[in-house]
Amino acid sequence: MIDRMISFIKKIRAKFTSTSSTGYSKRAPYLFLTPALFMITVFFFFPVVAALFMSFTDFDIYGLSDIGFVRFIGLSNYADLLNDPLFWTALKNTFYFVLVGGPLSIAVSLGAALLINSRLVRFKSFFRLMYFVPVVATLVSVAVVWRYIYHPRFGLLNFALDKIGIEPIDWLGDPVWAMPAIILLAVWKNFGFNMIIFIAGLQNIPEELYEAARIDGANAVSQFKSITLPMLAPTMLFVGIITMIGYFQLFAEPYVMTQGGPVNSTLSIVLYMYQEGFRWWNMGYSASLAFVLFLIIFIGTLIQLRVQKRGYEG
Amino acid sequence: MNRIHKIFLYALLISTAAITLSPIVWMLSVSLMPAGASSTYPPPFLPDDVTLEHYENLFTRLNLARYLLNSTVIAVGVTLLSLLINSMAGYAFAKYRFRGRDKLFRLLLAGLVIPAQVTMLPLFLMLNKMGFINTYVGVMIPGMASVFGIFLMRQYMLSIPDSLIDAARIDGAGDFMVYWRLVIPLCKPIFVTLAIFTFMGTWNDFLWPLIVMTDDSMYTLPVALANLMGEHAQDTELMMAGSVLTILPVMLVFMVLQKYYIQGIMMGSVKG
Repeated sequence: MIDRMISFIKKIRAKFTSTSSTGYSKRAPYLFLTPALFMITVFFFFPVVAALFMSFTDFDIYGLSDIGFVRFIGLSNYADLLNDPLFWTALKNTFYFVLVGGPLSIAVSLGAALLINSRLVRFKSFFRLMYFVPVVATLVSVAVVWRYIYHPRFGLLNFALDKIGIEPIDWLGDPVWAMPAIILLAVWKNFGFNMIIFIAGLQNIPEELYEAARIDGANAVSQFKSITLPMLAPTMLFVGIITMIGYFQLFAEPYVMTQGGPVNSTLSIVLYMYQEGFRWWNMGYSASLAFVLFLIIFIGTLIQLRVQKRGYEG
Repeated sequence: MNRIHKIFLYALLISTAAITLSPIVWMLSVSLMPAGASSTYPPPFLPDDVTLEHYENLFTRLNLARYLLNSTVIAVGVTLLSLLINSMAGYAFAKYRFRGRDKLFRLLLAGLVIPAQVTMLPLFLMLNKMGFINTYVGVMIPGMASVFGIFLMRQYMLSIPDSLIDAARIDGAGDFMVYWRLVIPLCKPIFVTLAIFTFMGTWNDFLWPLIVMTDDSMYTLPVALANLMGEHAQDTELMMAGSVLTILPVMLVFMVLQKYYIQGIMMGSVKG
């Protein structure tokens, strides 16, 4: 065994060192690439294709025990999705989270970035670090913590709201408030990340532009509108796309805090996919959910690219 | 005018910092309270008596040391392997000319639009066939090579002057020697950056270990914590202690190496 390993290593070393006339080994780049390409092909690209095939089959718990039970059923899974009220609920909830939570997160990030980037502020890196702490924290841990913060009787949030005269809310027990509660957690957890990117974008705007505007008598609001926002457009596009992609994959927050409830008001696409695939082993159906998610993210990215491009030109 | 402006700015900055940090401080504070002390109204922010009983319980009764070990082995393992694999691929893309290089690189980048969840069902079946369910290897496999890692490595390595590499070659160093002895030492900063990204991403990951680790003794910390939440939801103080222990290692890594982490985000965004 060891002999074979040694001769194998020798062979590889010989391949690395065999040089062509120019002194460059022809094989070297391929050898350097092999491990990464092997892993990515076998454990990423192949499963993507396999998942597509799976979504055209009735792969379920019987298929898991014997692949012979799996039948090709064409687009039936996708047709079933369209008639599945839970799918529509999950879709609606996920869009709610993305369309409300996404812009809210980005707005808070931009606000924090503008604050820290202000010329009047010192200790910039200290504040930046403090705002970044939730980004690093393990999501499951903070979801656990926020479950208690949202406690209807002993929670900190209702206590704080009581101080300003707002009646207690059963955050995670009321179908109306459960998703806003998850959005609030997500904004708190994530704003620091985009903030860093916005700070980098703000620092790339030439100071002369603001000086010229000030000489022309432009106030802070119009400077923001006519200089900061247009100059930040590429950053905004990047932030918009990565935030949207991340938010469409909502899973751990509802899994830990609400298990998708109450009355499915926080059931997300990925949570539904997980339940169908790994709890009930309806893997064919679950695969079709995964592809719908992929399609939505893909279309969402295209739309953002299109809209922002038009924004540049107009 | 400027003074009022300044006071207003600082008030806003400090109150935002207070709101941002309060859940984390509260978690730490409640984890030190005696059982049941936090379930009173008004909610106490600081403990009257400090106790470490919940931390003790986690280790003696709830097998926390095992989860800590699982998380550590997986996160460190993925980090080391992915550094090696991604840096080799990044080096090939940055410093070699070969047929189909740019096409291949673009194909990999295109793969970034596919969400990982799409791969999980077939991957689970594959690992099941290979006997990797409930093993460290099973959790580690999808993280070992990443397009993002290859991209970061390549971008950084493009800045290494060719003349340096040629000089090493003239001195008789083979391809692998050049990579190992010259390129890696030159790329220390990006290695540190990618190491933090990978370590934290793997440590904090939830869905994939939840799927692969079906046996209690193989849980990672986040999976164990979510599972604990099902059984011990009423034990607020115990759950907080568990949360603190789960967050602590990543926080320490971040605090020590935050400069590299933040630079990495900026690099990814500016050049991406």
